Parts: sequence; C-alpha cells; structure tokens
Amino acid sequence: MKKISALVLIFFGLYACQSDDPIPDDDVQNPGGQNPTSVAGFYLLNEGNMSMNKASLDYMDYETGDYKRTVFSQANPDLVGGLGDIGNAIGIYGSKLYVVVNGSNKVEVLDVNSGKRIKQIDIDNPRYLTFYNGKGYLSSYLGTIGDPNAPNGIVAEIDTTSLNITRRVEVGRQPEELVAYNDKIYVANSGGYSPPEYESTVSVIDVNAFTEINRIEVGINLHRLKIDDEGDLYVTSRGDYYEIPSKLFVVDTHTETVKKSFDIGVSNLTIHKDIAYMYNSEFSFITGDYEISYLMLDTKTETILDQTYISEKDKNLIEMPYGIAVNPETDEVLITDAKDYVTPGNLYCFTPDGALKWSVQTGDIPAHITFNYE
Amino acid sequence: MVTVCLDGKAGWIKQVRIPAISCNSIRLSGIEAWNGCIDALVLSKRLTFLVSPRWRNVIMRTYLNRIIIFIFGLLLCPTVLSAQTQDTLTPVALQEIFLRHDRNRFESHTSPASVQSLSGEQLKKLNSLSVADALRYFSGIQLKDYGGIGGIKTVNVRSMGSQHTGVFFDGIQLGNAQNGQVDLGKFSLDNMQQVSLYQGQRSEMQQSAKAYASSNTIYLQTKTPKFKPDETYQLAVGVRSGSFGLFNPSLNLNYKINDAISARLSTELVNAHGRYKFQYSNGIYDTTAVRNNADIKSYRVEASVHGNHKNKDLWNVKYYHYNSERGLPGAIVANRFARPQRLWDRNNFLQADYKHQFGETYAIKVRGKYGDDYSWYLDPEIVTTTGFLENTYNQQEYYLSLVNTYKVKPYWTLSLATDVQHNTMQSNMYRFAYPKRTTLLNVLASDFNFKRLTIQASFLSTGVYESVKYYEAADDLQEFSPSLLFNVQPFKSADFRLRGFYKKMFRMPTFNDLYYTFVGNTFLDPEYSEQINLGFSWQKDLGSTLLNVTSDIYNIWITDKIVAIPGTNLFRWTMYNLGEVETKGIETSVTTSGKISADFNYSARLTYTFQESLDKTSGGNSFGQQIPYVPKHSGSATLMMDYKNIALNYSFIYTGERYSQKANIASNYLQPWYTHDISVNYELPFFGENPLKFGLEVNNLFDQHYAVIKNFPMPGRSFRLNLNYQF
Repeated sequence: MKKISALVLIFFGLYACQSDDPIPDDDVQNPGGQNPTSVAGFYLLNEGNMSMNKASLDYMDYETGDYKRTVFSQANPDLVGGLGDIGNAIGIYGSKLYVVVNGSNKVEVLDVNSGKRIKQIDIDNPRYLTFYNGKGYLSSYLGTIGDPNAPNGIVAEIDTTSLNITRRVEVGRQPEELVAYNDKIYVANSGGYSPPEYESTVSVIDVNAFTEINRIEVGINLHRLKIDDEGDLYVTSRGDYYEIPSKLFVVDTHTETVKKSFDIGVSNLTIHKDIAYMYNSEFSFITGDYEISYLMLDTKTETILDQTYISEKDKNLIEMPYGIAVNPETDEVLITDAKDYVTPGNLYCFTPDGALKWSVQTGDIPAHITFNYE
Repeated sequence: MVTVCLDGKAGWIKQVRIPAISCNSIRLSGIEAWNGCIDALVLSKRLTFLVSPRWRNVIMRTYLNRIIIFIFGLLLCPTVLSAQTQDTLTPVALQEIFLRHDRNRFESHTSPASVQSLSGEQLKKLNSLSVADALRYFSGIQLKDYGGIGGIKTVNVRSMGSQHTGVFFDGIQLGNAQNGQVDLGKFSLDNMQQVSLYQGQRSEMQQSAKAYASSNTIYLQTKTPKFKPDETYQLAVGVRSGSFGLFNPSLNLNYKINDAISARLSTELVNAHGRYKFQYSNGIYDTTAVRNNADIKSYRVEASVHGNHKNKDLWNVKYYHYNSERGLPGAIVANRFARPQRLWDRNNFLQADYKHQFGETYAIKVRGKYGDDYSWYLDPEIVTTTGFLENTYNQQEYYLSLVNTYKVKPYWTLSLATDVQHNTMQSNMYRFAYPKRTTLLNVLASDFNFKRLTIQASFLSTGVYESVKYYEAADDLQEFSPSLLFNVQPFKSADFRLRGFYKKMFRMPTFNDLYYTFVGNTFLDPEYSEQINLGFSWQKDLGSTLLNVTSDIYNIWITDKIVAIPGTNLFRWTMYNLGEVETKGIETSVTTSGKISADFNYSARLTYTFQESLDKTSGGNSFGQQIPYVPKHSGSATLMMDYKNIALNYSFIYTGERYSQKANIASNYLQPWYTHDISVNYELPFFGENPLKFGLEVNNLFDQHYAVIKNFPMPGRSFRLNLNYQF
C-alpha cells in the first residue's frame, strides 16, 4: 500500500504544475533592403484556420525594415479571445485600421499607428469592406441570422467617426468583394450557400439613397471585384467547381453591362498603374495537383500580357499563393503563400523585374495586405 | 496451510475433501503456467460447471489432477466474489474446490498482442458514463473529447488516427462507412460487461475476417444473463443524476425462458442541459463563461436473446436502438461563445451469431448484421434558398460472416473466415454520389499453441468494389495484409513472457473522403499502416499481493495518410494522400492487487505512454515535427479499494503538452492537463435480498480548466450520483 501511495505521489510530483503560457510568436524579422517612400509600411492579416481562433496581424515597417508578427495581441493583450477567428479583410481609412473578422462576427477598429483597439463593431458574418466619402461599406453574407426566409446578404454602412453602423441595404445572396465609385457601390454576389443555385449578378447600390438600384448579370458565383482607373470592374466568377469553369469579366460601370470576358480562372487580383496582377490556382484532374499561374493584364487595352511578374526560377518558391498587393510607390509585388494552410505561411516580395527581393514568415494563412501612408 | 498439488495427468475427476480452511492459506503447485493468473481459490459447495473447450485444453495440458477445478471467466465474477467473502469469513468444511481464474489477466499475460481490459465491477466503479470515458484509462490511447455530455468522443490509438481502430460490439464491427469513426461517447457503460483494447489484433480463432482488418481493435462486450439455480428473472433499476442537469434512469431485465434460452432487455434515457462553466484565458485576460447549446436527449434500447444448447450450439440475437438529439456547442472563438447548430441521430441494428461445434475438432461460427444509421444536421446560421441548411445522411450496412475452425493437432488450429459487407449511403446534399461499397474479406489464420510458445499467422485478402449512382466511383481495390504474432515463455518460470507482432494493414478512404461534395477525391488510395511491436508481461504472486508489469515498445509507419488540404479558399478543402507519420512509442503498466485483511482488498494501476509521432512527409512544411494532439508523455493512475461494503476509487489522468496544429510553435502549443476523479460506492442493506447500491462521483476534483481539443473547453469539477437496485 505504502509503495503504491509513494508511486502515486511521485507521479503527481512530476507533473503537479503546468508550465506558464508560452510567449506568442512575436520575434521580429528584418529581411533588409527596404526603401521607405510616402508608404510607411503595410499591415498583413493572417486568416487562421476556421475554428482555430488564430487570425493575427503582422506589420512591416519600411523605415526600420522590421517585420513584426502578432501586433494585435501585443497591442491588445487583455482583449478576450484576441483578434478572433478568420481574418477576412483589412483596410485603412484616415487614422484607423479596420479588420474584418468573419468567424468572430466583428470588425475591429484600431489606431493605425499603435494597433490599439478603438472599437469593436459587431456584425454577423462580415466579409469585405471598402471606403467612400467618410464611410466604410461592409458586405455580410446574411442580413438576418436565424430567419429561414432571409437568404440575402447586406451591405452595411459604417460611419468612420462614430464607428456605428448607420444604414443597411439588402443585396444578393452571400455578397463578397465590393467597390464604391461615382456615388455607387458595386458588390459581387456569390450565392455560395445554396449550390447549385448560385447568384450571377453584381448589385449596384446608390450611395445617397442607400438602395439597390440595379443588378448586373455577369456570371455565377462571383467573388473578386476590383476597379481600374477608367471605371471598369474586373469581376471573377468561380464557376460551379465542376462543369462551369471559372472566368474573368470586365463590367463597364457607365453602361452597367459586361463588356468583355476572359476564359481564364483568377483566384485573386490587384490593379496597379493600369495593370492587373493576377494569379490562379486550380486543381487539375490530369496531374492530380494544383496548377498555379501568374498573369498580367493591361486594363487600358484589356488584353492579357505575355509577361509575368515572377521570374521562372522563383515560381516554385510559392506553394499556394493566397494574397497579392503591389506597393503603390515602388511597384514591388507582395505575394503571400498559405502553403498547406495549417502551418505558418510566407510573404514574398518581388522587384518590378520579377526577382525575389526578400521573404518573411507570417502567421497561418497570410491573406490580406493594406498599405499605410505616412 | 494446505498444499494442493495439481500435478499428474488425467482430467476431471472427483471431489476433494479438504478440512476447514480459509482461502488464502491454500498454496498451489504444479500450475506454473497459470501463475499470476489465478486470483484465489474459491471454496463453495455448489456452483455450475462452466468450462469452455479452450480452457479445458489448457487445463489438461497443465496436468491438473485429483481435484475438480472450475475455471471462471469473468462471467461469474459477482457470484464468485460473494462466495469468496462468505467462505473466508467462516471457515467451513468443504466439499469442492473451485479455482477462480481471471481470464483477463491470463489473456493479457499470454496474448501475443498487447491487450488491456476493464470489466464488470471495475467498469462500475470508474468515474465513467460512456465507453469513451473508460478508454481513457488505457495506455496508448488519446481520447479526442470535444467536451461535455453530448460532445463527440473518438479515440486515437498509438497516433494512427481513429479510422485505423475497429470497434466491435459483441464480436461484430460497428461500422461507419461515412467517416470511419465511431463516436464512443454514444455507447453507455450501463450495459457493458467488458471493454478491451487489442493492439494489432485479437488472437481468437473464431473471430470474423473483419477482426483482422483493422490496425487495432476495441471490443465491447455487453452483459448477458446469468441466473442462480432457482431464478427465472432479474430486474435491475438505476438512476443517475448530477451536474449538467443530468437525469439518467435505466432498467435492465433478464428473463430465463428455459434452461437453454434466456433474454435480456436493457434500456436507458439520458437527458441533460449540458451547460457548464469554463474559464477562458491567455494569462492576461481571464474570463468565465457558460458552455451553451450542449444539451442532449438520448434513448437507448437493447434487446437480446441468448441460447446455449449443451455447449454445442450457441447463439445470440441482438437488437440495438439509439436515438438522440443534441446541440453542437462548437468552437469557442473571440466574440462568439454560443452557436445554434443541432444534430439528430438514429441508429438501429440487428445482429446475430451462431456457433456449432462438430465433435472436438471442427466448429463453425456464423455472424450477420443489418444496420441503419440516420443523422440530420441543422445549421440556422446558414440560410439557403430553401431555408436553414439541413443535411441528412443515411447509411445501411449488410454483413455476413462465416468462420471455420479446425483443430489439426491439439496444438495447431486453423481458421478460415469469409466476410461480405455491403454499405450504402444517401444524403440530401447537392451533387451527392449515392455510393455503394461491397467488401469481401477472406482470412486464413493459423495458431500454434504450445505450453511455452504461441505463434499466430494470418493472411487477409480484401476486395473492395465501389459503385455510385451519379458521377464517378473510386477504383476497385484488392489488398493483401499479413500479420504474425507470437508469445513465448523464455524461462522456466511462467512469470515472464515475451510477445511481439508485425502487422501490415490499411484503412479505406471513407465515403466522405471520396464523395463528399466539393471535398471528396475519388483518386484516393488507402492509407497504409505497418506496425512492429515487442513487449513483455511479468506477473508475480507475492502471496497476498499480485504484481504485474507489462511494457511494449513499438514502431508504426503510416503512409499515404489521407489529409484534407484547402483549395483556393477555405470552403474548398480536398482530400489527398499526402502524409507520412512515423511513431516510436513505449507503453508501460504496473498493476498490483491484493488483500490487506480479510475484508480489505485493493488494486492499483499505473500506466505511462511515451510517443514520438513525427511528420515524415517528404517536402512537407512540418517534417520532423510532432503531429497534432499527440502528447509525448501521458499516463494514468488508478487506485481501487474495497472495505466491507464500501468501495473507493481514485483516478488520475495526465496528458502532456501537445500542439493543436502541425507546426510545433508557441501559438499552437497546448498545455498539459490532468484530472483527479474520485468515487465512492456503498452498498446499503435494504429490504429484500439485495442491497441498495449507492455511488457518488466527483470528476475533475480540483476543478482544473483544460481543453483536449483547442477551443473546446472541458468541464471543471462535476458530480454524479447513482442509485441501483436489483429485484
């Protein structure tokens, strides 16, 4: 008996206390070679895997060249649960940084310099946001949670001073990216909750009346929506993942009609100085693997260029491109690599010639980048 | 002191008259082979003859003579225990000697594959509600517990993944072609006689081909009726209540139809709101919240008929029904502590087995099953054009098995088993393939059983034939899987035995892996496992104490591991054969039991598991890192004490640090956790013949806040009270 109790005691003794919580991954990386311009730096939002509550925010300071991870949790260590689950979009307006956290049903509004929370805006299932004339516009998959007869999404208007949601307008089902242009908001409807009944339109909202005034027929299951300098929308259609392939459409906002379409799949794109930088990753039933392509499109001539923005030898660095941005001043291309989605990703910076300039390790699923102007 | 000599040749002869003695003063000699497997000599005047042919052979080989030795498996434990107590208290003149034999201990000592069991009284005393709770006490097991009464609980044995573990219910597999996992939280311990875990495979020759077709197996043996000579029925009622708003009444009825046929009905209801407080903290913020939408309402009915015709024809028929509605509380993430998702389950199966012995050498065993599983998932957070997202999944299983065993020589048995299984699945999902799968399994097994050496070899052939109503079916498949197991007594003493096995096996991609809309990939290959295990068992009878030490060391390779990789966005995961995992592990357990005085018994058990499970995916991002949710160190300690009519149980479970995702980095780090549970059982003398059994459990005594799965917090301290009475 005694022996047993002794054994038991030893067993406990060994493990009687838990170790302290480990320090978060807050090591600073400095890849070097930064040239600060009027752009002081950029924020990168890591989505984190669903249900893991692992969204995180990184910041690159061009001045010092320091790349800091988990800046949200360092600036706000006492906020319950941290940044949250699935960081879906990010944007800076004025002196405020807006972080859309899809799985946590909120938008975090932070001080752009300190990263400290100013306010949390609660909204169910938020997706993307844009800004226009002192207001933020946010798409959300569902207008009302818990009503079986309300499958439509909304666009919510956020007053950037009071940080309250001031107006809401119903759009199509599961709206995704949106832009505001010429007193109108254009939002891509996906309908992703009801396959195969996808949506196929871009909703047009009149900013002043805040009502939906048109739906432009484009293609099924729309996702990305960017605008060029001429007021043309570049809208991606994801197809149905089976028979209907993905496509890229160009919509003229003046006539509100599709003026051109390309039979290419585009996973993500960004438009910079009349060039759309695009990439596509698509499963191939021939190779049984993902085929990844990097494309450039001239938005003036609306033709695909036969050049690319990543040199051949560096293409293999990227396992799964997931986010893209171009530095407005230096023309450097930033591409994030989500790798296998369950390990920390990478961020690569390419010179305008397509040569790898530097890379850093990010959080899980690095995805969304926004530049911070001085 | 009386010495009973058991040497000599013959078989079963006469009674032996021994002067008045008490149990523990008898010493045995001449049965070294059983050393450590005999609990006590039980002295009584009348007990039923119950010896299976297998045991008879063992006995004959170990030269028993001159006295009648009755071997009891666990089936008779309760009877035996009561007999024992009476006789030790009052030495009486005896007419017969009964040797009580602990079948579990004997098996774990001589089995070629490592086996761990919990049964009868032990199961009752452990702080356990479901089979999953009981499995926590085994070494080498990681229980994936999402928390709370209704939370899903699956097991991961030796880091191989849940789909590699076959779960058998009364000898027939509980399948789940949809996801290959059995939620062990659904199986109540109320009707369970024994729960066992076999690494590799069980070495029973009358088992079905399916029993060879998993990398490791869990056997659930339900209770069967046992009557005293004049009894025709037994009725037992019980009720459990406690934390989480638990109300859990149960009723068990045994009925003797005639000498050969008996029936049993077991039924229970579980109702709980499931709410509990949990702590949510990162070391700086610290908040307490309530787990919501964790309620469960479930109903179980099991009805069985059992026949035994002169030990030549044995048969069992069982109907099982389970019905539940539960909330799915979901992950706790920032700003979102409540979710509305619901799940309804309905499981029905009818299974039967029949065994016939032709003379001494040839026997057949037939098994069959029909099962229907239905589940309905409701997600009010997703609104489609037709309302809330609702998914229904329906599966059917048809199963037939025939096993022939032939004893070529007294030491050599051959077994040929053929199983046919047909699985179908329907769902209301978009683009659902309506898959059908027919599996044909044939196994030839050979068992050499000498006094000091057991060798078992088996060769399994698996044919899988897939078809779908819509879209593409996966390719058909033919696989051959060998295994070799041994157990040897290297020294003269039977106290020490060595064991080992090699086994190559695979698990099929599940219907979800292959056909789930947007996710499934019909190009998938099976996921292969290869295991090498070497271990020993040492048992020492120190008079009033019995000591047992076992240890196994193993190496396991998983190749072509089926993993989900998201595609171009988070809603588009796809399954791939992408992983490789190598596990090196050690499992050790020390068990001791004995008597401190005539009415003070104890048993204690310590287990420790070391596992290094490394991601060996070539070119992968986490090469050489420990795979998620596998702790390097884990263990348990249990202590059970009986004093007169009071039983006290204490248990401690420890799980070391782990990572919640593939990368072994700080943000994926999960704290070690450990829980202390205690229970007291008291038998209160009551009106009538039987005592009123009263039990109190305190789980997580020190109120530790922890999570087994990240963002799925577990309950703190909780209580359970139970009352049982047998009429």
